[in-house]
Amino acid sequence: MKLRVNGKDVSAQDPDRSVLEFLRDDLGLTGTKYGCGEGQCGACTVLVDRSPVRSCITPLGAVADREITTIEGLESDGQLHPVQQAFLDAGAMQCGYCTAGMILSCVSLLDRHPHPGEEEARRALNGNVCRCGAYPRILQALRSVSTGGRHA
Amino acid sequence: MPERERYELLEKPAYHFETERRDVLKLFAGGGLLVLIPHSAAAQESGRARGAWRGEPLPDAVEAWLHIGPDGRVTAFTGKVEVGQNSRTALTQAVAEELRVAPGQVEMVMGDTARTPFDMGTFGSRTTPTMAPRMRAAGVAARQALIELAAQHWGVNPATLEAADGCVRDPKSGRSAAYGELTHGKAITRTIGKEQVSRPRSESVPKVNARDIVTGAHRYPSDIMRPGMLYGKVLRPRAWDADLVSVDVSAAPKTGGATIVRDGKFVGAAAPSVSAAARALASVKADWNTPAGPSNSEVFDYFKRNPAGPAEDAVRSGDVASAWQQAAHTVEGHYTVAYIAHVPLEPRAAVAEWTPNGLTVWTGTQRPFGVREELAGAFGLDVKKVHVLMPDCGSGYGGKHTGECAIEAARLAKATNRPVKVVWTREEEFRFAYLRPAGLIEVRGATSSDGKLLAWEFHNYNSGPSGLATPYEIPHQLIAFHPTRSPLRQGSYRGLAATANHFVRESHIDDIAAASGVDPLEFRLRNLKEPRVRAVLEQATERFGWGREKSGPGRGFGLACGMEKGSFVANCVEIAIDPGSGKVRVRRVSTAFECGAIVNPDHLKNQVEGAVMMGIGGALFEAIEFEGSRITNPALSRYRVPRFADLPELSTVLVNRRDLDSAGAGETPIVTIAPAIRNAILAATGKGLRALPLAPAGLSGANRPA
Ligand code: FES
Ligand code: FES
Repeated sequence: MKLRVNGKDVSAQDPDRSVLEFLRDDLGLTGTKYGCGEGQCGACTVLVDRSPVRSCITPLGAVADREITTIEGLESDGQLHPVQQAFLDAGAMQCGYCTAGMILSCVSLLDRHPHPGEEEARRALNGNVCRCGAYPRILQALRSVSTGGRHA
Repeated sequence: MPERERYELLEKPAYHFETERRDVLKLFAGGGLLVLIPHSAAAQESGRARGAWRGEPLPDAVEAWLHIGPDGRVTAFTGKVEVGQNSRTALTQAVAEELRVAPGQVEMVMGDTARTPFDMGTFGSRTTPTMAPRMRAAGVAARQALIELAAQHWGVNPATLEAADGCVRDPKSGRSAAYGELTHGKAITRTIGKEQVSRPRSESVPKVNARDIVTGAHRYPSDIMRPGMLYGKVLRPRAWDADLVSVDVSAAPKTGGATIVRDGKFVGAAAPSVSAAARALASVKADWNTPAGPSNSEVFDYFKRNPAGPAEDAVRSGDVASAWQQAAHTVEGHYTVAYIAHVPLEPRAAVAEWTPNGLTVWTGTQRPFGVREELAGAFGLDVKKVHVLMPDCGSGYGGKHTGECAIEAARLAKATNRPVKVVWTREEEFRFAYLRPAGLIEVRGATSSDGKLLAWEFHNYNSGPSGLATPYEIPHQLIAFHPTRSPLRQGSYRGLAATANHFVRESHIDDIAAASGVDPLEFRLRNLKEPRVRAVLEQATERFGWGREKSGPGRGFGLACGMEKGSFVANCVEIAIDPGSGKVRVRRVSTAFECGAIVNPDHLKNQVEGAVMMGIGGALFEAIEFEGSRITNPALSRYRVPRFADLPELSTVLVNRRDLDSAGAGETPIVTIAPAIRNAILAATGKGLRALPLAPAGLSGANRPA
């Protein structure tokens, strides 16, 4: 079967294997993380046709012919995506293990709602765990993109 | 050497393998390989005594800590590791400030046993008070050496030269030489003496490798790949201490390239993919013997009935026994604290590779040198043959002191003669890593008629002795720690038992204040002399607006304060109780924190707020449930951690004492959030809860607002 990952065509064999395992182990795209394996933490979030998907519980068969974006695919021409830049500016991490999933979840939220309210943002991100508790800064990063500002 | 605390590094290596291999190799038709080794109980046992504490003095040669390349770039070496507490940035700042270079000029090599000086481990908030001054001293010595080199070169008095921006300058002649030109990449051979180091500049330098994190480029331990690498999985029972009785590998798949390895009680598989390794293991039939033990509801009784050593008095002063007679108010309480899990978002992970010279392992650990020793012990190697590297990992919180995952990867790699990666699943992390100890704490406190604390008796069973001593002025005290047996594997956790001991102390102080009819803040100030605790208490209450509004049904205000490991913290909290569900929501938290001179204000705020967030979980809902040694909620879907929905409005006051040495800050900000929440519930409902977590399923009906 075929799929597209970060704009490139790739082929995969086993439709039952998880997208997460395939991305990390076969394609070496290790920016996507394992945190729970049951769709509970969001560390493995990738975008499938721009919607956030938990790659740990998504079999490859479900994404055949679809377009997958991982954290490695957000930069364009060496330019960080505005959400990546906002995370940098806000220092929105400690260990950073949740960061890729957080960034992709924010990207897709902003894609759907360019100006999410506080409650809406919290609800949309509630499936993403940051065990280090950098939540206030992640919201701050999101807010700085949605209001167009770059203030930390 | 920092004082050893109970539960800091308590756990011993989980495995020991025979050193003389008698591997029986059998090739399956499909290429699968089976390695069978007879079990040796004695070897397994002796392994448990190894890997204990061992210290080595810090080297005093500058070259062990710093190197300046011909291009002027500085490489600094430390055995400390980065687990999200931003020690990489903090230590970079220490070196950069003393060497007078930009932080971007410094590369910090951390936790690499072949390149960095020995270090016992990253725990106990020791990086800032011990490692940063060491790096600073090395920086000062190197700077002095560079100045002397330039002085020699120019034939001038070194005292007339200065160092700035990576150069030595002669202000008189205007000459200047870059560091790289002075050393030409040669080592700086000088001994660190009693260098006069400066206080940190308190600059908010951004996390040094943040860009690699937002792009996904940073390789965490679980991301390491090696050529020809296989993926390993280990056969697990359902309880951490279950004993393997029998195992049958005859149904192992003949295809898929999996190797099944059995060595004593160890059974694992390595295969070209994780799923193939898992399939191979699923075919193995095993019988386990699980020892009986108490459940989470029975464990507190169990602690009292199962001492593991004599009680250790922490404080004994005055005459507690006779003080009760003179008391105006006496309040007694039994408190309990549940086992909780660290849940580092990145589980344990290791990649092991055998080379003709020995063993190399990349793994996420707070003790790379400790893991090196565990590996050496498990495989009967000289520590010099074992190289452990620790890439900045997905957090630890005290939960990654042990090397079992590294040993597993190394065992599989040895059998297959290929590099092997083992990444624990979340379930394995819950079941087989260690937990923050549960505890039973019995306390009695009394005031005299002038409203001052008179007597205090405090017995902690199992939870641990950290933070036992009270900051309050109390003439008669008896405080003891009672070690007990534990049905679950337990060990370090951010703040250790200071969280449990503060929970009980600060809850009980509120109960005593209530019994004496005094406002909790007023009561504390009346009984506290320590100016640094008073200062954070005053700052937190001022920021919060303490006393401006009154608690009532459904809404409560609480506070708590304390000190631990040389830093000081106070929290004020507002909670709301949902009338329907009884769910407690923390709406607002003000924290004041003081740890001497601040290294990096932005990162400190991040740490403090993160600790508060993490503390909310242990305060309100986190708890390991178990039957005997079998954990029954080993999944994120059944073990709730704080999420965005739990985030309160946080305001944080950082008290910068530039006149004092810096203390660590990764742990102490977690210790008073639970009692502050508990006291807010008390204020709202009149009910003083005495168990952590306080309200995993919401408050009971009677305590809900009408
Ligand atoms: S790893 Fe997929 S949601 Fe946690
Ligand atoms: S930064 Fe560590 S889990 Fe979010």
